[in-house]
Amino acid sequence: MYKRNKYKIMSNKQIAKNVYEMVLEGETTYITRPGQFINIEIDGFYLRRPISVCDYDENTITIIYKVVGNGTEKMSTLKEGSILDILTGLGNGFEKTIGGERPLLIGGGVGTPPMYNLCKELIKRESKPIVVIGFGSKDEVFYEKEFKNLGAEVYVSTVDGSYGTKGFVTDVIKNLEGYTYYYACGPENMLKAVYDVAKGKGELSFEERMGCGFGACMGCTCKTKYGNKRICKNGPVLKKEEIIW
Amino acid sequence: MEEKLSVTLSGIKLNNPVIPASGTFGFGYEFADFYDINILGSISFKGTTKDERFGNAQPRIAECKEGLINSIGLQNPGIDMVIEKELPRLRKVFKNPLIANISGFSIDEYTHCCEKIDKQEQVEIIEVNISCPNVHNGGMAFGTSTEAAKEVTKAVKAVTTKPVYIKLTPNVSNIVEIAKACEDGGADGIVLINTLLGMRIDLKTRKPVIANKMGGFSGPAIFPVAERMVYQVYEAVNIPIIGVGGIETAEDVIEMMLAGATAVEVGAANLKNPYACKEIIEDLPKVMEKYKIEKLSDIIGKAH
Repeated sequence: MYKRNKYKIMSNKQIAKNVYEMVLEGETTYITRPGQFINIEIDGFYLRRPISVCDYDENTITIIYKVVGNGTEKMSTLKEGSILDILTGLGNGFEKTIGGERPLLIGGGVGTPPMYNLCKELIKRESKPIVVIGFGSKDEVFYEKEFKNLGAEVYVSTVDGSYGTKGFVTDVIKNLEGYTYYYACGPENMLKAVYDVAKGKGELSFEERMGCGFGACMGCTCKTKYGNKRICKNGPVLKKEEIIW
Repeated sequence: MEEKLSVTLSGIKLNNPVIPASGTFGFGYEFADFYDINILGSISFKGTTKDERFGNAQPRIAECKEGLINSIGLQNPGIDMVIEKELPRLRKVFKNPLIANISGFSIDEYTHCCEKIDKQEQVEIIEVNISCPNVHNGGMAFGTSTEAAKEVTKAVKAVTTKPVYIKLTPNVSNIVEIAKACEDGGADGIVLINTLLGMRIDLKTRKPVIANKMGGFSGPAIFPVAERMVYQVYEAVNIPIIGVGGIETAEDVIEMMLAGATAVEVGAANLKNPYACKEIIEDLPKVMEKYKIEKLSDIIGKAH
């Protein structure tokens, strides 16, 4: 179930290189699972901008986004108190009940945010998550402390080696043992590498260029072993076993 | 209130002239989560072909100023699955007359689908799409030649008793000739317009944004083109026209009807705002009042 509502920007601040955290105030009852996304109307742009939910509570939604084009650049200039028109409750989200005792959460760049609420939910279910997050360079790293504050075991990798393990998230994962399930979100080449390296079952969250964000236009369809799926509606999270690369 | 908004297409009464356009509304039920879709005049459901189609490679969408380019490539589960799965699901949430949008790559495919859809009671109008810009060897090819357009129309008319409306492409030099050819072939109505062929190039990659390079441009930017074609075709044919292209407001609906449309389809606006059709329908009475329109059906073609 999804709905459109107006949201007030409570804060919108830069937290890493080209990366911003925005807190919105408004209706959150349609968000039901970590890994879902919201679709934001930005004045002057025809299509909405789909952004994953980092965290939410009874009346606020936190999102983290990277400035990658004109739309997100405009977003980064929006001031506190501004009102946004947003669709919430979009996408299937992660299955938080099957992570087991020691789930592995993997985030690449701005694929990291949905792992935050997932981590929180898993800890509530008394599991002990391991979080592996990867970035290009030290100045792009965010939320390491936030994950640690939740109580997770956290590893960071940077491609240039300026912080944490040098290399990719898979350079950390290949040395990890004993995780019960995995969840991943990040660029497609990272997801493919995780798919190849990580052991056991898991689910991966994909990104695709979307038209509507709620299943009407067929703009973001991909092939899976279980048939054609719309990333916005039947995804963005796909089970490992259904993925066709 | 209802009578004020109602219009009639080939003897089929619609509560109002607002119809979501094929390809922007799925099979309808996705929108039933947002509002009661029975307020809609009708629905033109996702373009259906004989066989299942995955459609084109990703990316399929490019944003533009005042619109978007799509290159879906007629993704659909095929006519048999549409009849078996999608229509019963839509029927549960939508009771009004339905428009079936049919596409094909040969005359046989068009007639195959139309024969099957002819038996579906809920479908009251068949919209034959001879204007898809996103598939090769078919689609738009039938809509750019007067002979082919007439031939498809005749072939489809021979296999169904339901009213047949032909959806035309604007990517032609003379829309009037094509529309007249469809009328000669026995068409019961004309739907104007499908998308304009367009393109975007990404400055970072220096390559086309869309995998298929080109796609169909829609959105408010194309409204004047659609209105001009509706106006021209209205003067040349004696069958009803459904106006499509960039409609976003109740004012746009009225303008399109003044140009000669009996009903309208709303496309790209649904993707940006899932409540677009609902808001247009709710706004119509007050906009009619503002322009002193008693009955919407009175204004059809009144700009001529």
